[in-house]
Amino acid sequence: MTKEDLELFASGHRACAGCGEGTAVRQILKAAGPNTVATICTGCLEVISTGYPETAWEIPIIHAAFENSASVAAGVEVALKELGRKEGVNVIAFGGDGGTFDIGFQALSGMLERGHDITYVCVDNEAYMNTGIQRCSSTPYGASTTTSPVGKLSIGESRPKKPIAAICAAHGIPYTATASIAYINDLKKKVKKAVETEGPAFLHVFAPCPTGWRHGSDSTIEIARLAVETGVFVLWEAEDGDICNLKITQKPKKRKPVKDYLKSQRRFAHLSDEDIEHIQKEVDEKCEKYGF
Amino acid sequence: MGEQKAMTIKGNMATAMGAKLCRPNVIPAYPITPSTLFPEKMSEFVADGELDASMINVESEHSAMSACIGASATGARVCTASASQGIALMHEMLFIASGMRLPIVMAVGNRALSAPINIWCDHQDTIASRDSGWLQFYAENNQEGLDLMINAFRIAEDERVLLPAMVGIDAFVLTHTMEGVRVPAQEDVDEFLPPYKPSHGVLDPKEPATFGSFGTPDYYQEFKHAQVEAIEKSEAVIDEVFKEYKERFGREYNKVTTFQCEDADIILLTMGSMTGTAREAVRKLRAKGEKVGLAKLTVYRPFPAPELIKILSGAKGVAVVDRNISPGAYGAVYTDLAGAFANMDERPLLKNFIAGLGGREIFVESFQEIYQKTKDAVTAGEVKEPVEWINMNEDVMR
Amino acid sequence: MTVKITIGAVNRDHGSSRIYKTGGWRTMRPVVDLEKCISCYKCYDYCPDGAIKKLDKGITYDFDYCKGCGICAKECPVQAIVMIKEEK
Ligand SMILES: Cc1ncc(C[n+]2csc(CCOP(=O)(O)OP(=O)(O)O)c2C)c(N)n1
Ligand SMILES: [Mg+2]
Repeated sequence: MTKEDLELFASGHRACAGCGEGTAVRQILKAAGPNTVATICTGCLEVISTGYPETAWEIPIIHAAFENSASVAAGVEVALKELGRKEGVNVIAFGGDGGTFDIGFQALSGMLERGHDITYVCVDNEAYMNTGIQRCSSTPYGASTTTSPVGKLSIGESRPKKPIAAICAAHGIPYTATASIAYINDLKKKVKKAVETEGPAFLHVFAPCPTGWRHGSDSTIEIARLAVETGVFVLWEAEDGDICNLKITQKPKKRKPVKDYLKSQRRFAHLSDEDIEHIQKEVDEKCEKYGF
Repeated sequence: MGEQKAMTIKGNMATAMGAKLCRPNVIPAYPITPSTLFPEKMSEFVADGELDASMINVESEHSAMSACIGASATGARVCTASASQGIALMHEMLFIASGMRLPIVMAVGNRALSAPINIWCDHQDTIASRDSGWLQFYAENNQEGLDLMINAFRIAEDERVLLPAMVGIDAFVLTHTMEGVRVPAQEDVDEFLPPYKPSHGVLDPKEPATFGSFGTPDYYQEFKHAQVEAIEKSEAVIDEVFKEYKERFGREYNKVTTFQCEDADIILLTMGSMTGTAREAVRKLRAKGEKVGLAKLTVYRPFPAPELIKILSGAKGVAVVDRNISPGAYGAVYTDLAGAFANMDERPLLKNFIAGLGGREIFVESFQEIYQKTKDAVTAGEVKEPVEWINMNEDVMR
Repeated sequence: MTVKITIGAVNRDHGSSRIYKTGGWRTMRPVVDLEKCISCYKCYDYCPDGAIKKLDKGITYDFDYCKGCGICAKECPVQAIVMIKEEK
């Protein structure tokens, strides 16, 4: 038994079968270890893991509201330091994409700017899943959600995904990375680096949602991998906010067509060949910027 | 007993000095008129090494209260300050602080709420958060502001209570006005207020606990009931603590403080700085032979219904002066008092006066008018107009 | 389960979600062929529910928690895991 065999996110949590968030949180805690205090947002993660009198957490956590994981964590971190208990203890702030890209963005920016020793982890399933699949600024172009539904006059979500990790990196924070649950070793390495970094770190973790993306519960990892292999989601890390010199940590040898990714999920089922071509072009342009 | 230093300071400085004597560990705060001097002063205390604490200069009041919650749950003694729009912005988090039973103390400079935007005094900001589960104290003057801060920490952190508390001082009238105060010695406050040692849990990897559980219908109502029991228990704790404070520091506090009420036919019920003006009006009216008294509410939550009933039952009429309004209903204190008297056979006539909104002056004459109107109702034996607004500027009304 | 309420709903019973057996949700059941298994533990890593236990050689399922999502079967590089219909 190694330290990482400890299950700090306990079984019995109520995540849907095949939930990407389950894998993400379980592995992130393994990498961070038991000497961690976490804050979480209102959202799927809180609902599936904290229903009184049960809790799936083996580490101390606090859930306060939807939009303030970062500022609650700031209070925790400063208090730990003031009370002389911070040494060797990681503070991780978890947020869903809604709690991070949208409603919690201000609190996140403030926390990063103030330089707290906190690792912020955004677990991104590309919509407000807990309230029933509403669009978010993380929702990609073309995805049908309940508030960006496909229709006679609508292609589904009409705006591109907000580049949250780059925005966070632009705060000049010591460590920023994107990661995916399909690449566990890469993810864990980044978590370790983030918590070991003095000061704020931001991790953007891609985690498919079978219920919201409408794919089979067995395909969660396959789809997460396809996102990387097609260039839809690029895995990188950057130090000291230097996004001009970011390091691509998972470069696909030959990029697969975006179509393979889009066709794997029914949220994109309505897209025409033209639409797909358009998305392919956008991804090509993005990948070129990243240098592959 | 150390010497109590005499100083002439602004109200914000008084609440800041009161807070400093309580040795908070963490102070997340955000500036807003008229409370800004509080975070400024606390920052100075920390910068000068007079206070061993950390400020968190958050980016909003919502984050201020969020950071208070995180820090308090970690076991720190926490305070902050705000007013008006700031309290409105942190509204969501107020309920979460009390629901998690975190004894955070907030100094408030009571200020009107927008729109129209207005920086002057009324009590709408804290009254709008009266149902958030916080203890609420209102100061008449700067000395009370300082003393109530110290009392608030002690009461909030009591094992039987474990609830957050706010101490209101009126915008400008107190926050920015220099008054003489006596400042207790640090060693005496240290004796009065032991270090905060929460027993209900702290965020610590050695004893992993989950704060902020999801409460299903099977449990939610019981959690709320337990929280309400705690604020009810605070009634006795407040009496105990006020008594001890008087013994140690010589200044007496009561949930309701009376002036000339014993034989009064008509009693004015006030809250905050208007009380001083009302007291002057009572003196003048008494000199003319009028049987009038004054009751000042220092503690608004928990609402001291038994004390008020005892004090007011013997009167013929009570004039409740509210520096707030619930549009479409009444002033808050009036509503609460009417509720307290609901099942009493013997009760005075209650009249509600809305006064001093958005910094509108309340004069000695205003209280004389309030008295006269209440007396007229008593003479007539009925209240024709339950709510009247005082000092309206007829010239600008449409 | 009925439990007395705590002050502020603070729950010190860490990991107590384990009393709830999510295995009851399962409609499909993974079956591993240990002959084929190469002990790469990818299935263990990817399991959202911590329902796979590592053995010195191979793996075993904790059917109290396995929700039958099928990720393990899909991700197994040597197709050592198949999903069969759950018999209740
Ligand atoms: C202030 C506030 N607004 C709205 C909500 C309703 N709400 C709860 S969770 C949620 C969506 C969460 O989305 P995300 O952060 O992406 O997490 P997910 O559930 O997808 O994991 C919303 C809109 C709330 N709880 N609080
Ligand atoms: Mg989401």
